[in-house]
Amino acid sequence: MKKSYINGIGCISAQKTVDSNFLSEIEINTTETVLNAKQPSYTEVISPSFIRRMAKGVKMGIFTSTQALKEANLEVPDAIITGTGLGCLEDSEKFLKAILDNNEQFLTPTSFIQSTHNTVAGQIALGLQCKGYNFTYVNGAVSFETALLDAKLQIESDEANSVLVGGIDETAQHNIDVQRIAGKIKKQEDVPFSVLNPTSKGMILSEGASFFVLENQQKESSYATLEAISILNSLEVDEVQGYVKTFLSDNKINPNDIDLVVLGNNGDVEFDVYFNQVSDLFNTTSQAYYKHLSGEFYTASGFGLWMASNILKLQTIPADVKMNSVEKGNYQTVLLYNQYRGKDHSLTLIKKC
Amino acid sequence: MNKRVAITGMGIISSIGNSVEENFQSLKSGKIGISTIENLETIHKEVIKVGEIKLTNQQLAQKLNLSEDNNFSRTTLLGAIAVCEAIENANISNINDCRSGFISATSVGGMDLNEKYFYEYFKDESTRRFLNSHDAGDSSHQIADYIGLKGMVTTVSTACSSAANAIMLGCRLIQSGQLDRVIVGGTDALAKFTINGFKTLMILSDTYNTPFDNDRKGLNLGEAAAFLVLESDEIVQKNNKKVLAYVSGFGNANDAFHQTASSENGEGAFLAMQKAFKLANLQPEDIDYINAHGTATPNNDLSEGRAILRIFKDSVPDFSSTKAFTGHTLAAAAAIEAVYSVLALQHNLVFQNMNFKKPMEEFNLIPQTTLKEKNINHVLSNSFGFGGNCSTVLFSKSK
Repeated sequence: MKKSYINGIGCISAQKTVDSNFLSEIEINTTETVLNAKQPSYTEVISPSFIRRMAKGVKMGIFTSTQALKEANLEVPDAIITGTGLGCLEDSEKFLKAILDNNEQFLTPTSFIQSTHNTVAGQIALGLQCKGYNFTYVNGAVSFETALLDAKLQIESDEANSVLVGGIDETAQHNIDVQRIAGKIKKQEDVPFSVLNPTSKGMILSEGASFFVLENQQKESSYATLEAISILNSLEVDEVQGYVKTFLSDNKINPNDIDLVVLGNNGDVEFDVYFNQVSDLFNTTSQAYYKHLSGEFYTASGFGLWMASNILKLQTIPADVKMNSVEKGNYQTVLLYNQYRGKDHSLTLIKKC
Repeated sequence: MNKRVAITGMGIISSIGNSVEENFQSLKSGKIGISTIENLETIHKEVIKVGEIKLTNQQLAQKLNLSEDNNFSRTTLLGAIAVCEAIENANISNINDCRSGFISATSVGGMDLNEKYFYEYFKDESTRRFLNSHDAGDSSHQIADYIGLKGMVTTVSTACSSAANAIMLGCRLIQSGQLDRVIVGGTDALAKFTINGFKTLMILSDTYNTPFDNDRKGLNLGEAAAFLVLESDEIVQKNNKKVLAYVSGFGNANDAFHQTASSENGEGAFLAMQKAFKLANLQPEDIDYINAHGTATPNNDLSEGRAILRIFKDSVPDFSSTKAFTGHTLAAAAAIEAVYSVLALQHNLVFQNMNFKKPMEEFNLIPQTTLKEKNINHVLSNSFGFGGNCSTVLFSKSK
């Protein structure tokens, strides 16, 4: 069975993750309830006449996938697989509003076309003239992990030598308003927010895109190998430790072999208890978190994998992402755990190569 | 393919029937399900025809014994009904007795509710139980919770090929040993969003759709849900399960031509079929029946026809599109057509391509226009979607 190497990465997020050394210019938010991704200048990769017409998700996807391919020194991948919780949300809302506000008249197709969940994967394929396997998953907080699992299967089964895999989500106003009345976004009155020591319910909503090139061979640019992924729809809090233990034993990993645990805490006092379970299980292991930097969105775990991959490559954990003071050095094996509101649990295991 | 994957159960609800048996009877008797919209408010009511299931959400909810204050969208309701039939058909008493997964497919999820309450959410608190309905994955979670499945749940959304891709992922998860059993398929309900979207693309017919006809005017949208239960050989043997048919191959490729239109020579479709044959270790001449995508849009039928000719050359097997019966049910299309493909294998029948009169002038391709009985060992099913997405699944007889 072939191994999957992460050979190139691109990331757009609420942090400066483009044209910057790894997390060297961190901005920590404690007051905003919604964070926008820092949009790069797209002119290098997208022709100016397209930039204005393209959905934000498509632009972020094209930019980060271009970066990932460039780093891996790959022109056209054998397969393109994306995950997105909500797709190109701005266009969906725009089309829906136009339908409702004009009583189903005077509509144009552009925003309808862009609203389709697989628009980003389709547009990347079109741009690269990539006629290979092209999939899009839309399942909440495991949208990206399903894409990753699929990519790994493609490589293991020799269906593809290289896979471009990514997660994309964008914010849009109606969805923000809806999530606010649903109580899923933190209330302004609860400032200051702390992800590590939460006192209030809800999350800080954000957006972003992260793309990875997985290949069946190691390159100079390699970050890590993708060893295993598991996805589960729902768990009770007291089932989490069992889930982690089973996953590790299924993959013949001793818990002591884990050098770093990366957790998806988002500062929601109601649901971060899930993460505490894993944190407790690894209390003598280095732990890191990232959603205080990326904010929460359905494919935020892509930012988590971007961070974990960089830590393995650079062999250093930035102080701002440390969850505890355990310092081992020589990071070989990283376990990532994520869930959202008790649903869509995922475990991802990567190793230094 | 290293391992064929057994289909041990199936369930369906469409405009031609609320069960596998009802769908089969309609296919045999040529009873089409295209009509005028009744359950949805739209100004296009009088100018388009659709494949609508003539049950209200309340009636669907009753079938599932849901309480009045349930928060299921029509997409979820249809999906749950089809999933329950599939589980029963597969004789599963405990869904969690092995590593079971659920992979659904949908294009718009709970859009029917989202468009209804888009502004109401802010005015009327009683509508807020539907706040999650824009989230396509939410319908899959609701169905998984309804059947009590604890395991891997995910959702594919690649427009009109979605369910074919859900079947593929399911097969690959079983082949790689990650799952023992997986329920795969798709569900999509009619929504104003979709109707108006396709209307702006000007590919909706104002009358009954006529696949592969020279004078075809476009598609009828439809709504449906269908699911298959796939099980590993180990589970089949252990439980002495009856196998309805096998998934013997599949392929997905991208046309990389246009966001919403297919290339003239059907490159993506050609590549998808080619991949499926390679994986199944079958040859084009092994195919006894093609259940075509055949949406009846000028673009699809020409592109697909050309791709079929490129693969099958002078010996194209019997083929038909069943979309004249059901309309184009988008993310559910490949799932309902998977059920029809299995029925074709089980009963040795080629279902008729309704409404066909005049061959297309570009080539000499004539679909099967009457119900035909013959021995069928292998069926090829095509599904294509926006974003250049092209999928082929091969089904083979259980021997």
